[in-house]
Amino acid sequence: MNALRKIRSRTVVLPVNDIDTDQIIPARFLTTTDRAGFGRMLFADWRFDASGRSRPDCALNRPEAAGSAILVAGRNFGCGSSREHAPWALLDFGFRAIVSTSFADIFATNALKNGLLPVVVDGATHAWLTAHPGAEIEIDLHSAVLALPDGGQVPFPIEPFARYCLLNGVDELGYLLSQRPVIEAFEARRAR
Amino acid sequence: MTAETLFEKVWRAHEVVPETADAPAVLYVDLHLIHEVTTPQAFAVLRERGLPVRRPERTLGTLDHSTPTDAREIFGGVPIRIESAARQVAALEQNAAAFGVELLGLQDGRRGIVHVIGPELGATQPGMTIVCGDSHTSTHGAFGTYAFGIGTTEVGHVLAAQCLLQRKPKTMAIEFGGRLPPGVSAKDLILALIGRIGVGGGTGHVIEYRGEAIRALSMDGRMTVCNMSIEAGAKAGMIAPDETTIEYLKGRSRAPQGAAWERALDEWRRLPTDAGAVFDQSVVFDVSEVEPMVTYGTNPGMSAPVGGRIPARGDESFSLSLRYMGFEPGDALAGKRIDRVFVGSCTNSRLSDLRAAAEILRGRRIARGVRMLVVPGSQQVKRAAEGEGLDEVFIEAGAEWRESGCSMCIGMNGDTAEAGHYVVSTSNRNFEGRQGRGARTLLASPATAAATAVTGRLTDPREFLP
Repeated sequence: MNALRKIRSRTVVLPVNDIDTDQIIPARFLTTTDRAGFGRMLFADWRFDASGRSRPDCALNRPEAAGSAILVAGRNFGCGSSREHAPWALLDFGFRAIVSTSFADIFATNALKNGLLPVVVDGATHAWLTAHPGAEIEIDLHSAVLALPDGGQVPFPIEPFARYCLLNGVDELGYLLSQRPVIEAFEARRAR
Repeated sequence: MTAETLFEKVWRAHEVVPETADAPAVLYVDLHLIHEVTTPQAFAVLRERGLPVRRPERTLGTLDHSTPTDAREIFGGVPIRIESAARQVAALEQNAAAFGVELLGLQDGRRGIVHVIGPELGATQPGMTIVCGDSHTSTHGAFGTYAFGIGTTEVGHVLAAQCLLQRKPKTMAIEFGGRLPPGVSAKDLILALIGRIGVGGGTGHVIEYRGEAIRALSMDGRMTVCNMSIEAGAKAGMIAPDETTIEYLKGRSRAPQGAAWERALDEWRRLPTDAGAVFDQSVVFDVSEVEPMVTYGTNPGMSAPVGGRIPARGDESFSLSLRYMGFEPGDALAGKRIDRVFVGSCTNSRLSDLRAAAEILRGRRIARGVRMLVVPGSQQVKRAAEGEGLDEVFIEAGAEWRESGCSMCIGMNGDTAEAGHYVVSTSNRNFEGRQGRGARTLLASPATAAATAVTGRLTDPREFLP
């Protein structure tokens, strides 16, 4: 995976709480054995009507959303299914970070494993971002700070190992496989 | 030794490397369950990197999610209708063969929903760690296992290393006091709980369900409760093993036998939370007032008694949800017109669930205009139900009786409802479009689903009970 450091972008706002992974990518698109090309199915039922026409009222379809790398959404983002197709779709669409007041556990794990940053901010920051769609903000993974347009600096929590892996392009599977001697010793101990 | 919770005991026994501030723990996985939807990309990673499956004997595959429930598509006659689903099924067959992993294939009499077959085969055992690329893996926690859903990258990690990098979650005790009233089921209990703590109420925590009401539940009921832990956002849900657990597992094909069984019992009896162990959070919930529950919105936390009304709330997400459902605040729930009824899913497709639905349907017909689908959780459940004549009860009532699978819970196999239609479903998610684009889901128990099928309107099942 490529190293990730700073994301600077205008935001797109979906001010809805509890956005589940069935919204992010509906299950009917999961009958595939690939992991590429999910971006066009992202929020399919919110972006397109039943006949496939683009819905102009959806924030993701507005011209100013094009090229945005940061999505701001309501609390408990990514709840529901464990489908990793959700972060794959968000990344393929162009997002690099999601900002919310909370994330569902499995989604946050899946996102970090793919280089999509789940950024948890306080309620006041979130309320400001929600009220100002298109604000240009910067997310710095190294300092774990989100910078607002007025210069306000908002620190965000991030699991240190995930941060290290993302900053340095470290492959987690490679790290896990390097633990093989300890895993073998554990198995031998239990077999006794 | 300090007093430990059930979860802490299981965690400690699987810690290959303990966590530090800088690095997560390396946690050993005893059983890895796999299915056709979340594995192809993980096997592709193994191929790219030339890696074998580290412990094929700790890996068990089944076909359930995009798998047809029409007997002709499974046993011959017609091909699997959805071509991409057929490819997914074929991909798991090929991957299992290539990597030496056991797969309960399409025509295997032990095939079924991944969270139904693990316990049914006795593969799910107290004290284990179990993972699967499916969020409802929490189901297995009913046996005192630490079981949780993972994404496809982590499926690859487990295939390659039999371990996961994990941070230790916090613990939450849910103490269910009192006894469930007659006609009220485990499904009503868990819907009531999620309604109270919310769909994010368990985030970052492993829940341990405790108390008299839990001890009184059958293993099927306990699985229903643990299954929906994820709908409260919890990492996992667990119940300490007891005599009910042991009785359920005894003699199952993959449970320990003979001297190994006796040794296992000694270990399992040491698992329950020690007196004085401390939880990060505790919730006390008196179940004696719980009524049959139903959801009215688009997440499982939006629930009310069947005999109740839809509440009013000010926020925009709530309004959007009711608009999707075509409901108004203040609406009475009982009497709402219903188009479809689904009995099935890893939440409520076991034999006792089918019995509860059949008890109400016996000698009755489903309402004109209502379509009802009954999908057993596994081929073994199907055969057992047929042995009791439940299939005839369903068919004579006018319902469809299918082969096992996830079916209308997720609709990946084409078992979906029409846009705008109302579905009373015994599954676990009422998200927008979950059961088909535009379809509106009301989650309920098997008894409520059956009573509703008979009247064509949302109905409290106690009206049908003697």
